[in-house]
Amino acid sequence: MKAVVTVTGKDSVGIIADVSRECSEWGVNIIDISQSVLREYFAMIMLVDIDGIKGSFGDFVDGMSRLGDGKGLRISTMHEDIFNTMHHV
Amino acid sequence: MLNISDVLETINMIREENLDIRTITMGISLIDCAGDDIDRVCDRIYDKITGKAARIVSVGDEIEKEYGIPIVNRRVSVTPISLVGGRFSAEDYIKIARTLDRAADALGINFIGGYGALVQKGMTEGEKCLIESIPYALAETGKVCSSVNVASTKAGINMDAISKMGDIILQTANLTKENDCIGCAKLVVFANVPEDNPFMAGAFHGVSEPEAVINVGVSGPGVVASAITRAGDCDLSTLAETVKRTAFKITRVGQLVAAEASRRLDVPFGIVDLSLAPTPAVGDSVAYILENMGLQKCGGPGTTAALALLNDAVKKGGVMASSHVGGLSGAFIPVSEDAGMIDAARCGALTLEKLEAMTAVCSVGLDMIAIPGDVSAATICGIIADEISIGVANTKTTAVRVIPAIGKNVGDEVTFGGLLGSAPIMPVSRYSPEKFIARGGRIPAPIHSLKN
Repeated sequence: MKAVVTVTGKDSVGIIADVSRECSEWGVNIIDISQSVLREYFAMIMLVDIDGIKGSFGDFVDGMSRLGDGKGLRISTMHEDIFNTMHHV
Repeated sequence: MLNISDVLETINMIREENLDIRTITMGISLIDCAGDDIDRVCDRIYDKITGKAARIVSVGDEIEKEYGIPIVNRRVSVTPISLVGGRFSAEDYIKIARTLDRAADALGINFIGGYGALVQKGMTEGEKCLIESIPYALAETGKVCSSVNVASTKAGINMDAISKMGDIILQTANLTKENDCIGCAKLVVFANVPEDNPFMAGAFHGVSEPEAVINVGVSGPGVVASAITRAGDCDLSTLAETVKRTAFKITRVGQLVAAEASRRLDVPFGIVDLSLAPTPAVGDSVAYILENMGLQKCGGPGTTAALALLNDAVKKGGVMASSHVGGLSGAFIPVSEDAGMIDAARCGALTLEKLEAMTAVCSVGLDMIAIPGDVSAATICGIIADEISIGVANTKTTAVRVIPAIGKNVGDEVTFGGLLGSAPIMPVSRYSPEKFIARGGRIPAPIHSLKN
């Protein structure tokens, strides 16, 4: 099962490191990363594999969101099916 | 494989354009709760509802979190109570209403629908008692919603029932006048009522439905309005295509949530209702969609045509996105629940008569419209009869949810708060239909009902 993590906010040092560390602690494997910085605005979309997740997916969603709150970032984690069903017939 | 623009489009729809699932509604049959002893019946009803729907709120929360899509309401609809109550008195029916309210509180849902009757052809003694109890039931409870079906294309129009409903609506307004007559916001009079509608106040669990079922209502006026803005100055064929594509995407999310809720609750999936349901939030308005199409103001000339295009395109886009489509499925035009409609009504662009015309081409009917509190019961009956005739003649659902604002007149407003919003009092013709209504009886079914 895969999920999509989106991270947006003001750019700073170590965003990718922090997000990756959190994923690693949850046993969540990063499959793909797309990231860009426009002026000072940081945007990253990560595709992650949650098959080996430690704990519930809901708790991981909350954990990522809390990580974002502490760093002035907006991190949302959504099951990939919402994108697949909306954009693929 | 996912591509970035798809991900960003979905996230933008949710964050910026108010895409949400308006409701997960569990329909529950109460047929097996019937009996002679009112207290035992109430106990059975309470136990069945709180048992079957015990996890509806937590499952809704889980899905909301995991898929990142807001689910605004979790609700329950039940078998029309007149079918469960049988020969109970009006006082007994009010006890059932209190039980439903208690069950809704215990579950943590915001509305429970089904306190109603299907009387399109005639009323039994039990149905008369239930209808007479409606004003008291709605005044005493906070979460119970009531609907009465007074007509169908097959049966014609029960004018005796309409005549009764005029008084019932006024009585409900009077009993809740301290709260801007909010009781009337929980009471709908229908023609051709759907038995699997997930939206309140008209939701109930039809007699042909299974033991329990999950129905989902989607939303997304903001998403459609933004798509139309992005489409620029295209012609109307292209505009219709844009709406279809957008409705498809919105409905796919509804289908996903419905399937997931059904699986987690172990209750069969019923339908997805394709309706565009507005909220009072700016940017979540059906009126603004019509204005984005090129109307100076919703309610002006061209409004009915624009709404017809919108409604048709929403259905065409949505129908392929879901395995079972049902409920009301169309664009809602409730005045108090739509910021653009409120604006249009305030400035006089939108009138009751124009709204009536609009209901011929979209779902539901005269919805959440505040009228002066001194209108007569006969006038309310006339408004209902007109609206119901549009449904019967066109083989579609129509409904009336009007709020006679006791002690208020044109220029004043009523405020309900939350999703029910607020509404300016709209003028109503003062010419009386009293003699016509007093004739009673039934208006025969139209010729095209004879299809066999």
